[in-house]
Amino acid sequence: MTIRPRADEDMAAVMDLLAAEKLPLDALEATEGWVAEEAGVLVGHVALEPAGEAVLLRSLVVAPSHRGRGLGGRLMQAAEAAAGARPRYLKTDTVGPWMLARGYRLARPDEIPARIQATSQFAGGACACACTPVLVQGLPAAPKGPGFLARGGWLIPALPLWFLAYHWLEPAANALTTRVFRLGLDSRLGSAVAFFAYDAPKVLMLLSLVVLGVTFVQTFLSPERTRDILARRAGAWGNLLGSLLGIVTPFCSCSAVPLFIGFVRVGVPLGVTFSYLVSAPMVNEVALFLLLGLFGWKIALLYAGTGVGVAFLAGWVIGKLRMERHLEAWVMEIPYAAQAAEASRLGFPARLEIAVQGVRDIVGKVWPYLLAGIAVGAFIHGYAPEALMAHIMGKAAWWSVPLAVLIGVPLYSNAAGVIPIVQALLGKGAALGTVLAFMMAVTGLSLPETIILRKVLKPRLIAVFIAVVAAGILLVGYLFNAIL
Amino acid sequence: MLIEILGTGCAKCELLAKHAEEAARSLGLDYRIVKVQEIPDIMARGVMSTPAMAVDGVLKVQGHVPTVRSLAELLKA
Repeated sequence: MTIRPRADEDMAAVMDLLAAEKLPLDALEATEGWVAEEAGVLVGHVALEPAGEAVLLRSLVVAPSHRGRGLGGRLMQAAEAAAGARPRYLKTDTVGPWMLARGYRLARPDEIPARIQATSQFAGGACACACTPVLVQGLPAAPKGPGFLARGGWLIPALPLWFLAYHWLEPAANALTTRVFRLGLDSRLGSAVAFFAYDAPKVLMLLSLVVLGVTFVQTFLSPERTRDILARRAGAWGNLLGSLLGIVTPFCSCSAVPLFIGFVRVGVPLGVTFSYLVSAPMVNEVALFLLLGLFGWKIALLYAGTGVGVAFLAGWVIGKLRMERHLEAWVMEIPYAAQAAEASRLGFPARLEIAVQGVRDIVGKVWPYLLAGIAVGAFIHGYAPEALMAHIMGKAAWWSVPLAVLIGVPLYSNAAGVIPIVQALLGKGAALGTVLAFMMAVTGLSLPETIILRKVLKPRLIAVFIAVVAAGILLVGYLFNAIL
Repeated sequence: MLIEILGTGCAKCELLAKHAEEAARSLGLDYRIVKVQEIPDIMARGVMSTPAMAVDGVLKVQGHVPTVRSLAELLKA
């Protein structure tokens, strides 16, 4: 038994061997080959096809009568020695396990160079089916993607530290004020400084944690899924469901129009679509948890409950008015093939990464406004006389609620940015209803969003939308001023 | 490779385009980035949450902005 380089006159016998196993013969003449010969008869063959910086091993065959004697291994050794330091690729669905035992591993798709993919075994030929596994040896180990820790796993040990720091914020802020700045806590300046030193880190920490948690949960939800839940759900239950789903579904106001079209085109009733569109920005999930952390569950529940109430009513009224014909005609005419949600395909680290990204985006964007708001709050806390605030924004002033709405509508801010102002106002005796109305007007009836929606809604529907939502907000304001 | 960024032109869409560009360049891909900003064109691709990204006509991202690293993983696959 000898292993020797293939000569030209071996080709006919090699082709017979390959043809008997139905292996492809394409471009065989362009390869370097080795044969196993016994008593003048060829009983095995392997070939090496150079492809740029790598080589393709192919056309490995051993006659059935000579299998099980290590011939394949000896042929491979000859070819591998010739390949030298070049990485070796091999496409096979028959000898996979054997090759893995020889130290080959599965190649990832991006590890297969273009020159290898251009060879006849990949590009065409009867057996070059795309699903055949590709093995490789001589590449550096598969580079690992970013590890779990780098993708946000470090947050898990960081959480207890967060709680510890949060717990010690107030004593630390007071110590800073009295020991470092040498201010008395009962002086005006001292109380303003202590308020800022305590509130600024507190609100930022709380916001970061809330955004992290909310964004993580939201990776499981998507407008696409909400749309499919709401499709063809007519009646008041649909409005209620739409308002509730509006709280939790992630929503970027710049996609309001595509979202609106997507909803109505799969058969979500117009009124239900509006319940969702009103509730999504107005009852902001981040604001909800911030309120919970800063003011307790009663105010948080009031905020969510009244917001859902307004969204429910607004959508229900619009549904009852049967205003479908006030949609711009193109909304129902353009081609739209609904796609399924993306969320279901994500793994845990990817979700965590999205959550960390969310914290970076949102906290990174709102912190200057938060600090400014807290500074205003600190000033009010230290200097503003309570009687004045109570006079302007208290229950007695009937005009305070519409004024709050009028001021709120043109302001464009997400709910997180409004919270410090809310905090300062409430702390100085502003009425709760007025403050709630202000917050809802800022987030729920934003001027830019209304202008964007004009693209799909005719003027009458826009007018009804604004009127109904504004009326709901006013109602909430007066209601809470009256009963609390 | 045709990378389409779908969105009406808000800040998030710009950010997604920037991340996709960085990811494609870091992989040394032969790519072309096209912004799809008209709503009928976005709807025709079945997308309702923007920003979104499609690669050679296949929708890969909907409604959020992945990091450059995760985009690179998406573009490699």
